[in-house]
Amino acid sequence: MDERPNKTLKISAAPHLASGASVERIMRNVVLALLPTTGFAVYAFGLAALLSLFTATLTCVLAEHLLCKLAGRPSTVKDWSVVITGLLYGLTLPPGLPLWMVCLGGLIAVAMGKALYGGLGYNLFNPALVGRAFLQAAFPTAMTTWTPAFSADRFTSLPGSMLAPPFGTPHYDQISGATPLAAMKFEQTLSDTVDLFLGLTSGSLGETCSLLILLGGLYLIARRMMNWRIPAGIFTAVILLSGLLHLSDAQAYPSPLFMLFSGGLMLGAMFMATDMVASPITPLGCYLYGVLIGALVVVIRLWGGMPEGVMYAILLANAVSPLIDRLIQPVAYGTRRSKDS
Amino acid sequence: MEHHTATSPTADDSAGDTDVFITGLWRQNPVFVQVLGMCPTLAVTNSALNGLAMGLATTFVLLMSNTLVSLLRKAIPRQVRIASYILIIATFVTAVDYIIQALSLELHKALGAFVSLIVVNCIILGRAEAFASRNSVRRSLLDALGMGLGFVFALLCLGSVREILGSGTLVGIAVLPDGFEKWVVMLLPAGGFFTLGLWLMVFKRIKREPPRATETQP
Amino acid sequence: MTPADIEIPITTRAWPLYRALVGLGLICALIIVSAYQLTAPVIERSKTAMLEQAIFTLLPTALSKHAYRLTAQNRFEPATDKRNSARLIYAGYDAAHRLVGFAVPARGMGYQDSIELLYAYGPEQQAIIGLQVLSSRETPGLGARIASDPAFLHNFARLDVTLTPGLHLAHPIEAVPAGKKLAAWQIDSLSGATVSSRAVAAILRQSSEFWLPLLTTRQEDFTRGAPHRDLADG
Repeated sequence: MDERPNKTLKISAAPHLASGASVERIMRNVVLALLPTTGFAVYAFGLAALLSLFTATLTCVLAEHLLCKLAGRPSTVKDWSVVITGLLYGLTLPPGLPLWMVCLGGLIAVAMGKALYGGLGYNLFNPALVGRAFLQAAFPTAMTTWTPAFSADRFTSLPGSMLAPPFGTPHYDQISGATPLAAMKFEQTLSDTVDLFLGLTSGSLGETCSLLILLGGLYLIARRMMNWRIPAGIFTAVILLSGLLHLSDAQAYPSPLFMLFSGGLMLGAMFMATDMVASPITPLGCYLYGVLIGALVVVIRLWGGMPEGVMYAILLANAVSPLIDRLIQPVAYGTRRSKDS
Repeated sequence: MEHHTATSPTADDSAGDTDVFITGLWRQNPVFVQVLGMCPTLAVTNSALNGLAMGLATTFVLLMSNTLVSLLRKAIPRQVRIASYILIIATFVTAVDYIIQALSLELHKALGAFVSLIVVNCIILGRAEAFASRNSVRRSLLDALGMGLGFVFALLCLGSVREILGSGTLVGIAVLPDGFEKWVVMLLPAGGFFTLGLWLMVFKRIKREPPRATETQP
Repeated sequence: MTPADIEIPITTRAWPLYRALVGLGLICALIIVSAYQLTAPVIERSKTAMLEQAIFTLLPTALSKHAYRLTAQNRFEPATDKRNSARLIYAGYDAAHRLVGFAVPARGMGYQDSIELLYAYGPEQQAIIGLQVLSSRETPGLGARIASDPAFLHNFARLDVTLTPGLHLAHPIEAVPAGKKLAAWQIDSLSGATVSSRAVAAILRQSSEFWLPLLTTRQEDFTRGAPHRDLADG
């Protein structure tokens, strides 16, 4: 097959309705929706966030371009999808992560999360999370060491750990306390829900401010560029499950609001789980997929060995999503559900 | 657990002795070409030394079982051959398990259950069925040596990459500077899969034949 | 069928089948038994040496040690074999055959698989005076550091396990977040390996709650002191 189409996504199954939506347009809007969160990350973490996000995005874009060239395909950089991957990936990283790790993870995200499967439209997993999962497994200490937010000199200096020489061990000059989830798990202390909602806690670059993430997500939903059923499924499952547990034993289990606004749940539910390629197609499938993620998050957070489980929950659900699609197949128009009836 | 029976291509009868040997070592390398014996390949290669020990243990079992199978090939009826081969393999695996324990308890602990699992390594049953049961003892020995060393080679390839990145050492000797941040993932099972995938890519590249016009990529 | 296949005999009679299987069974049995006979003494020796080394590292002032088994009547008797090893403990003696401490094996669930420990209990100090991880499958580079991290192992140089008059731990051993150790019965967790650190604390807590009252009430079982034949001394 030498004559590959220039834009893969122009091949589509019937019906061919022209809605005006293109990959580029949707992706540009996603970037727009992520801007408030990005801005807040820079405001909260200063230069460190700016440099991390820039490096993450640049690495992903470059990797995509080079890998496309290597595979003999036209570069798909221009459709903005890889910019989203890079930006999302950057937002999941802890502030102060050495820049060489940021680069390595970005490379892995695009190479292993996307290019290996055949590029945009074929990835089984959310590429940004693949990159993060690799870093989490490879450098667990660096990935769980948090630089404090709102430090006074954040706009004038960089954390020393970021500038660790390539492949070198980072040295931290400032370490913040545990993230709200780690504090809940290991020290049995709960953070203030309002602080969580507004993002006045420590955590990864883009996960702290639930309010702005929510606004970005609502914008996309309003423009019909995001499948609202997935976050709805996730939130329902998390609220129901953690609510029941909280009612049964308020001492041992945190409240649903805490579960909702802490950690990466908001960012994951709005922007990661909704990856168009790695999530199911049918509406019912989307609910199911969302509920699965929500339930896994609660289970991992409350009973697992790790404080946070959004990343693994989404990756696992990504893996299951083709099965969900097989299980739930819509009835084709004009046919009946079963032969006999 | 692996249960696909390996009916790998056998070197045909006319092939020379060196051919038999090279086939196992390179042309039909058990890991990189036949993709057999994945269980130990992924599980024990978190250091070069573990990989080497596992490879040598497997080679020993392979040599012994190929010899015995080939010796008895006229006395074992077809109906009971698989049972007999497994019996022979299990015997030598048990013996190897004792020998490793006697050599070093540390090594035995590092290899864990995987020594016993050599029994189900399909390379060994595959060679017994596909080669030793229909070739002379000399050729069976050569085949076992080739396949065994091919396996050792593959495990060393995986083990050294994983050890260098995961611990900063090679065969226990520090090869990277002190400040090197270790890639913990390389010591975990996931690292085994990553490394195997990368090596398979490398070997695919090395062994690639000149592209033909009809070749289609999936 | 390739020409090579013809070489493998096909038979319709039962006798060759029996002959093959029984004969092969005998050959294999012979191989296994001889391998066992040849290696068993060596294996036994190195296993004993390993345990012995661990015990004498934990009880540096001990010059000899004896294994004791807890009987069904909650008494300690000199152990002469390794049956029922869960009820075995080791007592260390100095040159004057005075009891210097106990080495107690303990096991429990870690992060991924069970952890086996050997810890030393000093009856005089009323404290755990050393710890060795015999086997663990914790995450390399994280949880696995429970076996090697000097700062973590320093927790066990003297970990308070004082008993109340009612023979319970006065202060149950607990793991606290890294750097938060305030009391002598607390264990400073390894940062990044909270689960493994807590597992070690839990294993020690359970094991010491079981053994220490027994060791305290049955002191005379060990002070009869005269050296006797011991399986591990051989």
